[in-house]
Amino acid sequence: MLADALLLQLGYNATLVAIGAGLLGVASGVAGTFLFLRKRALVSDAISHATLPGVGLAFVIMVAMGGEGRSLFGLLLGAGISAAIGLLCVQWLTRRTRLGEDAAIGAVLSVFFGFGVVMLTVIQTMNAGRQAGLEGFLLGSTAGMLRGDAILLAVSAAAVLALVLILRRPLALAAFDPGYAEATGWSLPRIDLAMMGIVLVVTVVGLKVVGLILIVALLIIPAVTARFWTERADHVVIIAGIVGGLSGYVGAAVSATAPALPTGPIVVLVGFAIFLFSLLFSPRRGVLASVLTHLRYQRRVHVRQGLLALAQGQPIYEALTQRLLTRAGLILPDGVPTAEGQAAASKALLDETRWAIVRGDQAYALAATRYDGLTPIEMVLTPDQLVEIDGKIAVPRGVV
Amino acid sequence: MTLTLVTDRDTDLAARVASPLAVRGMTVSYGQTPAIFSVDMTLRAGAMTAIVGPNGAGKSTLLKAALEVITPLAGSVTVFGGTMADMRDRIAYVPQRASVDWDFPVRVIDVVMMGMYRQLGLLGRIRGRHRALARECLDRVGMSDFARRQIGQLSGGQQQRVFLARALAQEADIYVLDEPFAGVDAATEKAIIAVLQGLRDAGKTVLAVHHDLATVPDYFDDVVLLNTQVVAAGPVADTFNEENLNAAYGGRLTTARADPESVAG
Repeated sequence: MLADALLLQLGYNATLVAIGAGLLGVASGVAGTFLFLRKRALVSDAISHATLPGVGLAFVIMVAMGGEGRSLFGLLLGAGISAAIGLLCVQWLTRRTRLGEDAAIGAVLSVFFGFGVVMLTVIQTMNAGRQAGLEGFLLGSTAGMLRGDAILLAVSAAAVLALVLILRRPLALAAFDPGYAEATGWSLPRIDLAMMGIVLVVTVVGLKVVGLILIVALLIIPAVTARFWTERADHVVIIAGIVGGLSGYVGAAVSATAPALPTGPIVVLVGFAIFLFSLLFSPRRGVLASVLTHLRYQRRVHVRQGLLALAQGQPIYEALTQRLLTRAGLILPDGVPTAEGQAAASKALLDETRWAIVRGDQAYALAATRYDGLTPIEMVLTPDQLVEIDGKIAVPRGVV
Repeated sequence: MTLTLVTDRDTDLAARVASPLAVRGMTVSYGQTPAIFSVDMTLRAGAMTAIVGPNGAGKSTLLKAALEVITPLAGSVTVFGGTMADMRDRIAYVPQRASVDWDFPVRVIDVVMMGMYRQLGLLGRIRGRHRALARECLDRVGMSDFARRQIGQLSGGQQQRVFLARALAQEADIYVLDEPFAGVDAATEKAIIAVLQGLRDAGKTVLAVHHDLATVPDYFDDVVLLNTQVVAAGPVADTFNEENLNAAYGGRLTTARADPESVAG
């Protein structure tokens, strides 16, 4: 069943939804990346909640003008306009008052959403309102998705990708170093406006698929997930697009396998699953990797300290140190160093003495910054420099 | 009387046209008290100028106003006699390290490439010569071994040197630095000052906010002593003396100064 769904064998509507959700995922992943990197991810939450009164007002206006009120284009236009007003309110509150952006987001989000819910409730009492299905904008509803809707998603996704491609340099610069961006002549307000405009487009066209409450997840999760896998902003954008697209496509396919599975929430859960996997298993920034790195580092510290203790004839108290040294064949189970251990211990002490000289000598200031107690000194200094350092060791080496 | 006024204006106009960066009557305020008040500053071409003053004197504010990054209440800026809008590409900038997101996913070489973004524009292809220039700039600050590292993995001094390399990649005529030596190691300080002096010797103009009074005479040619207003400005030999420092720092001078012997002027 799931295989059928993934291969688009579950009928016309399911195919449309899967393709549409996939495209939306790509667009939102890409658009959300710069929002996340600029640390303004939550602004998208205000934008999405601010769409609701626009949807309601657009419906009322269309009915008043004698229409049916269900034209998706009209509803989305209304959503876009009220989201833009909400966004401008957040910007204005942040710039012109003493409110922080978090407070501005909270205020705008709740007021606009509250107003939207009132509108929706009123509309429910209207004759035309009962069949309008406006509540589908809250959590998404893909059941009645049409070919036109999928085309709208495709066009918007293409537009978002093109805009991000064109604006990638100013967007990255504004996120990394806004002060430098301004000093070199980029207009920060305009860059931010462009970024928010892109996010607004994604939010509005995504309303019918995942709904206004969950669209923020589709903007943020792919970017956060992508960050686990790379240290380059351009790669984060690409990976986020892939993660978003995969979440949308797989999520829609999964939800098509059973009537009780809503598309939007499943899409978000699929995205979360990819995020969770990345959080745990990313080779550089993942939880597992950092635990392993920490353990490896701890072992190296214990071995080093153990060797220095041996060299100075001090007893080793810690069980872990003893175990590690024994396992490496450097000491016997009773704590007596082997010949190999003796040699390693003398070497450790010699290196420590060398480091002490390097760190006390201005001429080696640069090399001294690399001292961490573990880095082999041979990796930092050339053989010639080592000979020079050894010449400065006052105590004859035989004592060691 | 009228005649002298006209002459003053003429000489001032000549000075502004000749100066790489000239600020006139600059007043900036965050709220009701001015951070800087009616500041005039005229940089000498081919010289290194330090902005010096106590904490809260408005040093960084003056720098940002001179770059037209913040909107002043009053005041104007000329760059080589022209407007900032026309001449901005002739200014390179090194911001304070604290102003940057260090966990940002970007490699050292990509940071240096950012210095060429103005020149590249939105869609200009990065070509071999751009990469070569970026590598050369990294080499000049002694950071070429770190080109592929993520920027956050570097020490504070190394990060500052990468920022300087990015400014070098702008191939500008004026170099503006905000506290370039704050929180860097001795080796980095030496490397940075060598690069800056090299720029000066090549005829470039350098302006830096500086906090270490002891090194001002060694590093800089000119100094602007600032405490909201300009207390004194001019060549270090004439300006950087006990009297002016006392006027700028007031009672705080003893704490601001690491080594009283070296600021004799």
